[in-house]
Amino acid sequence: MAGKSLLEVKNLHVNIEDKEILHGVNLTIGEDETHVLMGPNGTGKSTLGYAITGNPRYSVSEGQIIFNGEDITNMPVNERAKKGIFLSFQNPLEVPGVTLSAFIRSALEQKTGKRVRLWDYKKKLAQTMELLSMDESYAERDLNVGFSGGEKKKAEILQMLMLEPSLAILDETDSGLDVDAVRTVSKGISIYKEQCKGSLLIITHSTRILESLHVDVTHVMEEGKIAREGDASLVDEINENGFEDIKA
Amino acid sequence: MKEKSHVDDIDRSVYDIRDEEHDAYRIEAGLTPEIVDKISKEKNDPEWMHEFRLKSLEIYNDMKIPDWGPSIEGLDMEHIATYVRPNTKMQGDWKDVPQDIKDTFERLGIPQAERKSLAGVGAQYDSELVYHNVKDEVAAQGVIYTDMESALKGEYADMVHEYFMKLVTPRDHKFAALHGAVWSGGSFVYVPKGVDVSIPLQSYFRLNAKGAGQFEHTLIIVDEGASLHFIEGCSAPKYNVANLHAGCVELFVKKDAKLRYSTIENWSKNMYNLNTKRALVEEGGTIEWVSGSFGSHVSYLYPMSILKGRGSKMEFTGVTFAGEGQNLDTGAKVIHAAPDTSSYMNTRSISKSGGISTFRSSVVVQKNASNAKSAVSCQSLMLDSESRSDTIPAMDIRTKDAAVGHEAKIGSISDDAVFYLMSRGMSEEDARALIVSGFADNVSKELPLEYAVEMNNLIRLEMKGSIG
Repeated sequence: MAGKSLLEVKNLHVNIEDKEILHGVNLTIGEDETHVLMGPNGTGKSTLGYAITGNPRYSVSEGQIIFNGEDITNMPVNERAKKGIFLSFQNPLEVPGVTLSAFIRSALEQKTGKRVRLWDYKKKLAQTMELLSMDESYAERDLNVGFSGGEKKKAEILQMLMLEPSLAILDETDSGLDVDAVRTVSKGISIYKEQCKGSLLIITHSTRILESLHVDVTHVMEEGKIAREGDASLVDEINENGFEDIKA
Repeated sequence: MKEKSHVDDIDRSVYDIRDEEHDAYRIEAGLTPEIVDKISKEKNDPEWMHEFRLKSLEIYNDMKIPDWGPSIEGLDMEHIATYVRPNTKMQGDWKDVPQDIKDTFERLGIPQAERKSLAGVGAQYDSELVYHNVKDEVAAQGVIYTDMESALKGEYADMVHEYFMKLVTPRDHKFAALHGAVWSGGSFVYVPKGVDVSIPLQSYFRLNAKGAGQFEHTLIIVDEGASLHFIEGCSAPKYNVANLHAGCVELFVKKDAKLRYSTIENWSKNMYNLNTKRALVEEGGTIEWVSGSFGSHVSYLYPMSILKGRGSKMEFTGVTFAGEGQNLDTGAKVIHAAPDTSSYMNTRSISKSGGISTFRSSVVVQKNASNAKSAVSCQSLMLDSESRSDTIPAMDIRTKDAAVGHEAKIGSISDDAVFYLMSRGMSEEDARALIVSGFADNVSKELPLEYAVEMNNLIRLEMKGSIG
């Protein structure tokens, strides 16, 4: 935990419509750190991911989100993305009319403000898809349209590796995947850590995805608040005892 | 017509640039037998055509304005010049087309598209064609592609006489009668038996003159076993007075022939687009319509297919985009008049900023059309709560064994999809434009690449500034 702080969430209260879901969340992630966010269903884990990413349906009524020293609490989604925040969606949406390849290229151009040379781009895309055992034909298919659950999740990891964000939030990227797909996704995450030295906030129920990763901090969320924090050993503890008695 | 790399640079001004009017001849506004006489004389019509025009005018005067669709009160025939001849003869080489007119078509990308991907091009400016050319290898196959005026007098005069306004007669409706009286320009295409024209032919219609009408006539005959893809493009600069487009398209698809007729229509928003299109399909023949309607103030447009021969087919793929101040009433009609015929309509309509988009479908299965199949699918996307979208299906089925399906869906842009795209750095405007383009991809997927790009540019243009 020696790194400079990248993300600071301070006393964050978040509403969806009129209902408060998060009741004062505090969380700090340093550079090049891997954090895990666990907790029972419906406690607000995904809400925190959306709030950090800037989904307009989730309104912040109190508190702050600081990213790289800048207050981004009221910044539009796309501006946050350009600053290096990435969310891997639990249910990636199908968008006809743009191919996966064209979409990532345009996202890269948005982020860098520069034209991306097609030749170099295609080469890197093909290499990255190979690492993720994705058939290259997916590059020219419409974004997520008709992809299986596993291919959708791989496509999210592909986007992460191509866009190289400084903070990647993975919202149950492993859920619903078979063993092989989880292994591929884990491999993608490891490559991200090696190549981009970015930070991770991994929202998950299972530990399979964490096996090959070094976890710096584990947060446990309960009823819209961080109930407990610890190191990697907390993951094992939860594995054995479930979420009972997690309140320290 | 733009190349892919130009996608970012699109600008409505390309369509809006008006040329100064250097017409050689502009007929006075209004509609009288004298005016029709003058047009006929000016065009040096054969006598039968002269009579046909006068007869059509009588029918026009007898018929009522349609009262079942969008209002056309703003259209006053007393103020429409029905014939404007540009200051040039028709040329077979762009070099010989006057500079200002040539520049207009250059901006619209027509000569470039011709060099790259077309078998032949006709370019009409106001009432007359200013350019017509067909590639040598296509001409060598015996394909005739010429302007209607030449066809009326040349080798194919009898054929034109035999087919002209036999499918869409002046009695069809008031504006078909008007067309019969004052038509000018358009293209004649004849594809001989068994000839497969592998790359498309295109006609482009540009109405530059203010307060004028364009009444081009397109007559296409695809003979037995032949196939053709014909593309029609239209645009006009914007004026603050009404312009009128009342073209007529007659398509004859012979036994086992196939015709695809694609249109990207981008009239300016002072245009009344009252266009009539019809296809007659013989045994085993196929008509495919691909239609993008973007421009105009008011449109009435319902291409009709008559499936006359056993086993003939029609497919209609369309998108209509109605923005502010637009009332676009579009759709398709099909008549199953023989056994084993099939029809499929797949349309999308988009409405925005108070625009009204109405989709009408009409499916008729006649008594003798046993084993007919028909499916109609219409999806509407409303981009805000002030816009309007209606679907009006009509069916008249006279057989017991027809398989007929209809589905309609109305929706709005999903906030989740916008959020997803924006979470990768895309602006809200771009995200929404992308979703709308994706919604209309039933049409863009059917168009040649350059046209699909052009269509997506039009959608982006319409979506500009749509975020409040």
